[in-house]
Amino acid sequence: MSDRYETLAARIDERFGEQVTRVESTCGELTFEIDKDDLIEIASAIRCDFGFEMLMDVCGVDYLTYGSDEWMTQDATTSGFSRGVEREPVILDESEQFPERRFAVVYHLLSLQQNIRLRLRVFTGIDNPPVVRSVVDVWNGANWFEREAFDLYGVLFEGHPDLRRILTDYGFIGHPFRKDFPLIGNVEVSYDVEKGRVAYQPVSIEPRTLVPRVIREDNRYSADLKDNADG
Amino acid sequence: MAEIQNYTMNFGPQHPAAHGVLRLVLEMDGETIQKADPHVGLLHRATEKLAESKPFSQSIGYMDRLDYVSMMCNEHGYVLAIEKLLGVDVPERAQYIRVMFDEITRILNHLMWLGAHGLDIGAMTMFLYCFREREDLMDLYEAVSGTRMHATYYRPGGVYRDLPETMPKYQESKFRSSKDLQRLNAAREGSMLDFIEDFTNRFPACVDEYETLLTDNRIWKQRTVNIGVVTPERAMQLGFSGPMLRGSGIEWDLRKKQPYEVYDRMDFDIPVGVNGDCYDRYLVRVEEMRQSNRIIKQCVDWLRDNSGPVMADDYKVVAPSRVEMKDDMESLIHHFKLFTEGYCVPAGEAYAAIEHPKGEFGAYIISDGANKPYRVKIRAPGFAHLSAMAEMVEGHMLADVVAVIGTQDIVFGEVDR
Repeated sequence: MSDRYETLAARIDERFGEQVTRVESTCGELTFEIDKDDLIEIASAIRCDFGFEMLMDVCGVDYLTYGSDEWMTQDATTSGFSRGVEREPVILDESEQFPERRFAVVYHLLSLQQNIRLRLRVFTGIDNPPVVRSVVDVWNGANWFEREAFDLYGVLFEGHPDLRRILTDYGFIGHPFRKDFPLIGNVEVSYDVEKGRVAYQPVSIEPRTLVPRVIREDNRYSADLKDNADG
Repeated sequence: MAEIQNYTMNFGPQHPAAHGVLRLVLEMDGETIQKADPHVGLLHRATEKLAESKPFSQSIGYMDRLDYVSMMCNEHGYVLAIEKLLGVDVPERAQYIRVMFDEITRILNHLMWLGAHGLDIGAMTMFLYCFREREDLMDLYEAVSGTRMHATYYRPGGVYRDLPETMPKYQESKFRSSKDLQRLNAAREGSMLDFIEDFTNRFPACVDEYETLLTDNRIWKQRTVNIGVVTPERAMQLGFSGPMLRGSGIEWDLRKKQPYEVYDRMDFDIPVGVNGDCYDRYLVRVEEMRQSNRIIKQCVDWLRDNSGPVMADDYKVVAPSRVEMKDDMESLIHHFKLFTEGYCVPAGEAYAAIEHPKGEFGAYIISDGANKPYRVKIRAPGFAHLSAMAEMVEGHMLADVVAVIGTQDIVFGEVDR
């Protein structure tokens, strides 16, 4: 990571102290995790005092199945690999509260003056539905990006002037990018000749996995080994 | 006298000037727009969710279908993000090929924009002129990847294959006389690089032709000057990028400011506008075509003199050649694993941004160490631009809405994703 980024990281650390947590990155990008209660305060300060005048992107993330795979690769010697993939049960979300680190909103910032990028991540916590303060007043361009995150993940943005669905159909039910929303969807549409209009019905196709999701412990990317090789 | 009320008008989604499937709900006072509410999402295909269910390399083809008039640039953003996570180095020749095709794509995109924008606000002829040159560039796509649009040419680690030695030629048919055939194939006798060089030599004259038709045209100016003015402050506040930002007078171009591939070795200028209206953005884009042409020329010169691999030789990521696969067990295993399972990308997150013809195209990938991305987010420039549409058309006439849609260079493949 270049010196400019280190200087910026040090300045942010100094200014906000406990409020920000730096996330280690392998590809030279600067990421801070902040508490959702501090969002507006930190966002305004970062825009005005640190010169990040542009918000490039707001992105919702659902961490529900982070790090889980469909195909065990660890115990092959005793049991052998399974040949296929079990039908993935749809994980129903009936709990009142979410795990603390389930939904996150990621902000990508850019400073034109300093030619530097910064990423902020806010976890929404256990609230159901997830709620975060809107940054539309800080960066006006956040308007549609927040609508998108609301539409796809169901994150509510408090103080947003016009929080409506944006990408999905009028009257759509559910938040399609959540990890417990099936890839094939829940309903399909067809034209009903008798009723003379488009009608919804439950999906008639089966979900299928062409390539199972596999996580392999790959030593080539291990930081320890890289250090050893250098030293 | 009867009281006259505002009325609401529906524009699109099936409207030729809506550039695809834009639905606008316009609140009008006479012929003046009071409020515009764009409804998007009619082309939403959940590209990002689909990408989460496939190995990394199988989603490259989806990226072509985002902004379907600048295909290779979309691939570039996505591929760069994967390379950033993997730490793969791209051979120099592949970097030059990528830069060259990025610029060819920029010209393709701007020609499409110019033709459609012209057509929308009354300059019919532009469409025919622009498509004349687009045809040659489409042929380049075809020559290098086999398809004219959805190329899937960029791969993590380089490009799919080296530039071909020959250009495909027009065939004789009953609709084409032998004289026509000779004229059409004249530039195609040599290698692909010869054809590109020939193109770069005649393209500036073509741009002059477009400018003769439009730049000083009285009607063109009446339709674009002082329409959709965006101040530099607002442009930054609204997250504009690319020609939309430069048209407002901010000198910002990722190719210069955060160079990727070999853009730091290229000699070109960044055009900027002054007033931030539709006319300035038109001038910026036209000048960008000339600058792209310069870059292509430099790439052609370099590619002629330097040969080398176009793919990294890391077989954990890049498939081995067919020949190697046939007589080397190790290569066969690599090939099998790559095409059944793909490669696992180390856990982490990366945001790679490129200067797409429309603005900053970013790919944000979160990986949890699996062979499929955990989350892919495409930052489409058109999405941010269209969100400012309401502000840009407010107080303008109905006909100016079309000019603003045109100047934003909207393509719904990327807005709706």
